[in-house]
Parts: sequence; structure tokens; C-alpha cells
Amino acid sequence: METVFGLVGDGFALVVTDTSAVQSIVVQKTDDDKIMVLDSHKLMGCTGEKGDRVQFSEFIQKNIALYHFRNGIPLSTAAAANFTRNELAVALRKNPYQTNMMIAGWDKDVGPSLYYLDYIATLHKLEKGGLGYGAYFILSLMDRYYEKNMSVDKALELVDKCIAEVRARLVVAPPNFVIKIVDKDGARTLAWRKTVEEMSGPPSQ
Amino acid sequence: MSRRYDSRTTIFSPEGRLYQVEYAMEAISNAGAAIGVLAKDGVVLAAEKRVTSKLLATTKSTEKMYKIDDHVACAVAGIMADANILINTARLQAQRYTLAYQEPMPVEQLVQSLCDTKQGYTQFGGLRPFGVSFLFAGYDSNFGFQLYMSDPSGNYGGWKAAAIGANNQAAQSMLKQDYKDDITREEALQLALKVLSKTMDSTTLSAEKLELAEISLSTQGEVKYKVWSADDLNKMLLTFGITQPVEES
Repeated sequence: METVFGLVGDGFALVVTDTSAVQSIVVQKTDDDKIMVLDSHKLMGCTGEKGDRVQFSEFIQKNIALYHFRNGIPLSTAAAANFTRNELAVALRKNPYQTNMMIAGWDKDVGPSLYYLDYIATLHKLEKGGLGYGAYFILSLMDRYYEKNMSVDKALELVDKCIAEVRARLVVAPPNFVIKIVDKDGARTLAWRKTVEEMSGPPSQ
Repeated sequence: MSRRYDSRTTIFSPEGRLYQVEYAMEAISNAGAAIGVLAKDGVVLAAEKRVTSKLLATTKSTEKMYKIDDHVACAVAGIMADANILINTARLQAQRYTLAYQEPMPVEQLVQSLCDTKQGYTQFGGLRPFGVSFLFAGYDSNFGFQLYMSDPSGNYGGWKAAAIGANNQAAQSMLKQDYKDDITREEALQLALKVLSKTMDSTTLSAEKLELAEISLSTQGEVKYKVWSADDLNKMLLTFGITQPVEES
């Protein structure tokens, strides 16, 4: 079952998602990257209906790029989150996107920030949060172990606790996860947590 | 035959000119002047108010300065009827931006959106261009304090000190001579009033012929827009030595 969560640490923010693409009872692939890099300092971890998820996050990514080209200055994380919320809210009464997301970014003046945004266009600025079935376990874990201004190592420890809990307690838990980070040096992949490797070709005899 | 290329804004003359746009600019250089000066801690706008009749009852405190958003104000030279339309669209654009992004609109984007509107009237069929020039004073977190000047063609640019309206060339050259980088708001006020007093037709400057406004930051970091009252303006003219105290005889 799909899971996305994130947290803010000392000068950085993390976003984590599972990487399973599921169709009915079949796992189509286990290395589907659901965290889009919106621009040099923004991440968007999305879950939801696969087609909607890709369509919507690409739409937002391209609009943010367009804003940058037109105006010569990048959109701040707060402005990007509010813009995204507005797009979801307008679509909600017409042809809604079934997609939930955690948006993380880093700005020169405000530092790292994290936003929760669900398919009914609820926007919250948070220090830690999650969406999907996994979030039921993750939220309580983070309530217990999250601290302000954690180091990357401590934050990763917490992320691993969360992933272990999801794998242990959630029915049809996803096997693999991707962790991305955004800080003053930009947005990038930090680590993968895999228990299953994607098969390539027939198994050897 | 000489009017062949005048009648439409959208047609170039054989020399490659757009006469209607040039006439619009000409109209502005007859209107009351406005001067903007950029300081390190703010932007100052000063404008000449032409008193048309003693009987005219003005209801507004300002007629040449307009607040566009909490962080942007403008001074106008030209046809006020045209200016009102543009100010309306500018205010609308600023609010639309805040609605979409929950952030104040960057000043240059606001100026650009207005100039896009102006430009449209120099290209699309059978309409006349707006007979207005603007000075925009504003603050945003990206580029700090800014001053922009725009004309009827839709051109705009960022300036350290700029003048529009009557005698703008004389004012501009005086500003060029006297402007120094990193001046304070106080010095900018003095410069703007001095230049305006020398380029205005009337010999004595007083509060009823003048409007003065500034954009600055409060100690809490909020953008502040201030318009001088007539009393304060008269006092300032005296302290700067631009007007002499009335001798009691």
C-alpha cells in the first residue's frame, strides 16, 4: 500500500516514498520513483492514482520551470506549494486528480520547509508528516522520536525505523523505498532501502 | 497626405516610426511632472499637482500617487482617465498573484504585466495607446527597493532616479548630475523636492501644488507607504530651504 512521508531537519528536509507500482493484485515494478524533483531546490513526493500522479506532478514541475524562465527568479517553496494547492482546488470541482503529496524545499531566506497536500486540496506546513496507509504507523513513530533540528544521520535513523514499522505492520507492505533530500546544495536522491531487486531476464538455472 | 501614417497606431511610417505612440509621449510631456528617487532604505516619489481652478473640490488626499498593493505605489503623469484604467488592472494583477501564490507580487512582474497591456494598444487594431507614464516604487524580498519608469509604448526600465511629465529632460539631467549612490531617504527627499522646485513652471512651491510619498521598511520589516500631509510638506519645504518663511510686516 502506498506511503509517502517527510520531515524537516537541521538545514534540510527529507521526503520518503515506497516505490511499488501496483495494478489490482499485481506488483508491476518495485523501483518506481514517486518523488519528483520540481526544480533545483524542491521535491514533491506523490502517491495516488498512477496516471493522475504523473500527469499532475509533471504539470506542476513544468509550470514552476515556466515561472522561472518568465521572471528570472525561482518560485519560493511556499509560493510553489500554494500554487499547487490552487491547481488542485480548481480541478477538484471539475475533474479531480487522485493524488496526495508531500512537498519539500529549501529557500535562502527561510531554510528548509515541508508541506502536506492531499487530493481535496488541504495544505499544511509541517515539520513532519505522512500520507497513505503507512502514515498511520509513521505518525506515531515520529511523534515519539522526532526532534527539532535533527542531523541527517539521526533523521535517517528515524526514517529507517518508520520503514521497518511499515514493513512489519502494514498488510501488503511495499518492499522498497526511496529517500530524497533537499538542502542548500539542492535536491537529490539520498538513499534507497530495498528488500527486493527488480528482476531482469529469466532466472538462471 | 501627410496624415497617412498617423491615423492608425498599428502602422509604421516609412521611417519606421509609430506616430500615435510618439504623440502619446508628447501629450505626457505637457502633463504635471513626477519624480522618483531610489535610496538605500526606501524610494521617494514627488509629483507636481496642477491647480486647475480654485473652485475645484478635491475629495482624495492624493491625485497623482496611487497605492497598488501593500508593497508597491506609483506616480502618474498623463491622462488621468487612462491612468485609472491601468491602475485598476495593476491592482487586480497584484491581488491575483497573491491569490495564486500567497505572496506579494515581485515589483518587476507587476510593472511588466502592466506594460504588456500598454504594448497591446500599440499593436492591435484601431485603438489609441494609453497616454500615461508611470513611476513605480516598490519593495520585494528578491531585489529590495526598486524604482521603475514606463511609457505609452510599453517600454519600462529600472532607474535610480527618474522623471516623467513636463520638463522631464531638464529634471532628468539635474538628477543625473546630483544623484549619488547609496543616499538615504532624507537625502532622496531633498533631491526630489529640489529638482521638482527648479523644473516646475511656478516660482513658489507649496503643499497645494505638490504631492510627496515614500516606500520604506518599518522596524518590524513591514513595507510602509507614507503620504505627506500638507502641513508636514510645508514644514519640510521650509527646513530644506526650498521656500522662505512668510515675513510678518
